[in-house]
Amino acid sequence: MSLLQDVAVGEPDPIREPRLSGSTVKIVTGKVVRAIVTLAFVVLFNFVLFRMLPGDPIGMYTRGRNMDAEQIAALRAELNRPLWEQFIGYIRNPFDPGIDSVRFSRPVWEMIGERIWPTLLLLGTAIVLASIIGIWIGIRSGWKPGSRFDKFSTGTTLTLYSMPEFWLGMMLLIVFSVGAFGIPGMFPVGGISTPGVDTGSPAGWLDVMWHMVLPCTTLTLIYLADYSLVMRASLIDERKQEYLALARAKGLRDVMVRKRHAVPNALLPTITLIFLSLGFVVTGAITVETVFSWPGLGLLTYEALRGPDIPLLQAIFLLFSIAVIGANLIAELLYVVIDPRVRS
Amino acid sequence: MSLLEFRDVSVTYRGADADVPAVRGVSLSLDAGRTLGVAGESGCGKSTLASTVLRLLPESTKVTGEVLLNGEDILTMKWGKLRAVRWSEAAIVFQGALHSLNPVQSIGKQIAEPISLHKTSKNPNKRVGELLEQVGIPASRADAYPHQLSGGQRQRVMIAMALACAPSLIIADEPTTALDVMVQAQVLDLLSGLVRDLDMGMMLISHDLGILGTSCDDLAVMYAGRIVETGPAVEVFDRPEHPYTQALAGAFPRIGDPQARYRPIGLPGDPPYPGDIPTGCSFHPRCPAALTECSSVSVELRDAGPGRRAACIRVGS
Amino acid sequence: MSSVATQRRRLAAGHFWRRFRKDRAGMAGLVILAVFILTAIFGPLLISPDALDVTKADGDRFDSPSPSYPLGTDEAGRSILLMLALGTRISLTVGLAATFVAMVIGTSVGIMAGHFRGLSSHALVGVTDWFLVIPFLPLAIVLATVLGPSTLNLIIVIGVTSWASTARLIRAQTLSIEGRPYIERSKALGAGNWHQMSRHVLPNVFPLVLANTTLTVAIVILSETTLSFLGLGDPLAPSWGALLDRAFSTGAVSQGAWWYVLPPGICVVLVVLAFTLVGRAMERIVDPRGAAT
Repeated sequence: MSLLQDVAVGEPDPIREPRLSGSTVKIVTGKVVRAIVTLAFVVLFNFVLFRMLPGDPIGMYTRGRNMDAEQIAALRAELNRPLWEQFIGYIRNPFDPGIDSVRFSRPVWEMIGERIWPTLLLLGTAIVLASIIGIWIGIRSGWKPGSRFDKFSTGTTLTLYSMPEFWLGMMLLIVFSVGAFGIPGMFPVGGISTPGVDTGSPAGWLDVMWHMVLPCTTLTLIYLADYSLVMRASLIDERKQEYLALARAKGLRDVMVRKRHAVPNALLPTITLIFLSLGFVVTGAITVETVFSWPGLGLLTYEALRGPDIPLLQAIFLLFSIAVIGANLIAELLYVVIDPRVRS
Repeated sequence: MSLLEFRDVSVTYRGADADVPAVRGVSLSLDAGRTLGVAGESGCGKSTLASTVLRLLPESTKVTGEVLLNGEDILTMKWGKLRAVRWSEAAIVFQGALHSLNPVQSIGKQIAEPISLHKTSKNPNKRVGELLEQVGIPASRADAYPHQLSGGQRQRVMIAMALACAPSLIIADEPTTALDVMVQAQVLDLLSGLVRDLDMGMMLISHDLGILGTSCDDLAVMYAGRIVETGPAVEVFDRPEHPYTQALAGAFPRIGDPQARYRPIGLPGDPPYPGDIPTGCSFHPRCPAALTECSSVSVELRDAGPGRRAACIRVGS
Repeated sequence: MSSVATQRRRLAAGHFWRRFRKDRAGMAGLVILAVFILTAIFGPLLISPDALDVTKADGDRFDSPSPSYPLGTDEAGRSILLMLALGTRISLTVGLAATFVAMVIGTSVGIMAGHFRGLSSHALVGVTDWFLVIPFLPLAIVLATVLGPSTLNLIIVIGVTSWASTARLIRAQTLSIEGRPYIERSKALGAGNWHQMSRHVLPNVFPLVLANTTLTVAIVILSETTLSFLGLGDPLAPSWGALLDRAFSTGAVSQGAWWYVLPPGICVVLVVLAFTLVGRAMERIVDPRGAAT
């Protein structure tokens, strides 16, 4: 072998072996525990907010609604129990199917169950589309900052980012559904399907998708603004790294340097930030579903708000929090899996 | 024909407000099988000069003169030819800092990349193993990630990577900075050994005159974008002619050398900012032996003995 | 001693302004803001509150723009242009007030969390993290429902739900500042916690706080618009969000009354965009690492 081998033998440098078990398990467990603790505080918050605040609790529950004497009496009995008893009863099962919506007089979780699929359909499609388009825009503008494409796309995305999503939805409705400025209205004015159409059939599916075009476009535009700005910033940071100069010195074309080195590294924080922005996604969903009368959780929130239907609001808040906490947890775990630096 | 030749090379960066001349009229040459050291403080332009060899400077930079690699001018080469030349004819050993390597790719993959790109071997993975062994790292470590290696190991990975396509020229830019003294010695021995065995040419850049004095054949000292002294390395280090070199050499006293006690130690002031270079001899504000003419007369390199040149008005008189 | 510091700060401010003037996007944002601020100040002085009075309105219902009603009329025949001008003051006031609340909470929590060690720091960080995770709108809805619809409650709700990202930023900055030698020296000289935080950390954190505040106003105005749209603000105040809420509930959309919907939204976009541009320009000056581009 090389005569330099003996030079290496005397080397004092330590050799660090990669370890997948041990410390990784500890990291993961730590994050899961933190997520559960956060969730516990949500449950506590829910309870505290509605039962411990000053003022007439009965008034709050029945504000604007007519409840018969029997319901009011039952409610009063419930609220007159000692606080800690109420808390035990509450945490026993916050998902208790027995709790009824004040406004609709139906079990809260039954109502939520009905409305969850339309929301998942709408949000899921919008997130996927926004990710693909947003990341593409972010890469193109981040790789050559200051270029014409960059100036144009950054200006557009900043403007979209400054827009109330429900306003965009309303304008799209006026222009493309009712018809304005010379453009004929083609799209449905709201809802998820045309009455009378069987949503199970292929024709029904097409009908649903037709109804989804405008709300999905609205959400996609809003989300992609966020995603592309994040990707752009990430890539601009990555461009400054030294290993890219090395890649260029090796003779790689600019496109390859970008595709093979810069983008994969810049994508890491972007993907996790997309997961972390689920809170932002949820906010958009509530108002957009309202504008388009899309029968999902967002519209349900709006309807609960009109009451106000406290049990329903509490349950929805809990559900949204779980979703966001879960997404945050996934984002953190994703980093552990993808980034070799975090593993050891 | 020299392996590498700089002919009156000047590099000017386009700054926000004004142009900054980083390299001003440098001419140097290096033959195969020999090592050329380039010494100087930070900001003197030595790294910029090295970047011209593979044309790695940003688009907005102005480069004049000729940089001849195996007789062909890099600066006017077509883009496609340049990419083919990169790494296969000349390669750079960057400083082995953590950020110089892609953190999410294994070192084996990164070493194999230029091999696959330039198609210099039918079995890249095998070649990667050979290269790692050559620099004293077990071939089994090819799957390691950069953060799992020590500083010395990373530097050796950079060397292995530079050798990947068997280039005829290696440029080592501060290969030992940020390493412990013992590891420094190992890396330098490794480099010199490889240059000897593989009959390559090497341009070694450092601010550490001591290292260059002992491991290079020839030595050039740069100050404020210009060469101020050249000659055989040992001679330049033992008997520097230019006051700046004397000050640099004085910073590394030799134990057991009684003369060392009489040399000037240290240098007041800082090297000039490239955008604001003094008139006349750019060193005159800090020169302990400056004459009145030095502030107005600019001196070119002049003979200072056999094979020795220095840009000082006191030399050759 | 304080005059030297004041002089230096004035110099720094002048320097900051000179650099800001060079930033085209930032200046554009500033100009837009000036227009809106002037409208907010002088609008209610020049326009009589009768413009809001339903009984005094004499336009047709949902009338499209005409010379007498440049932005058309609403469902009760009132001039939308006048209501928009009046609403400017409300939207901006609520935005600035809520931002103030958020910044006071966020900066204090951030500095304290960065300064103190141990249990109190962990608790503050925990609370900050909780507010960062929980989705804004559901939380705001829940809080606003409990507190009731009024402008003051709106300011409180938005302030309470928007301080967390500021706190996190300020905490990181505090930690880096406190690592500097002069803090140690001041501690050795006997500086107490309050003195350190207010005299050393706060002035150094201030430029970052300023940039962050501007960006926060942008977010807060969007939040106010959303909450007003959902009916959680004062129903009588014609803030832009409330105008959009009325447009929606009275069927302006199905009537195709774009003049009712387009203008309030454009106002929101312009103001939010203006604050964003100014804030990003400030960030570019304040953050030498160039994190914002």
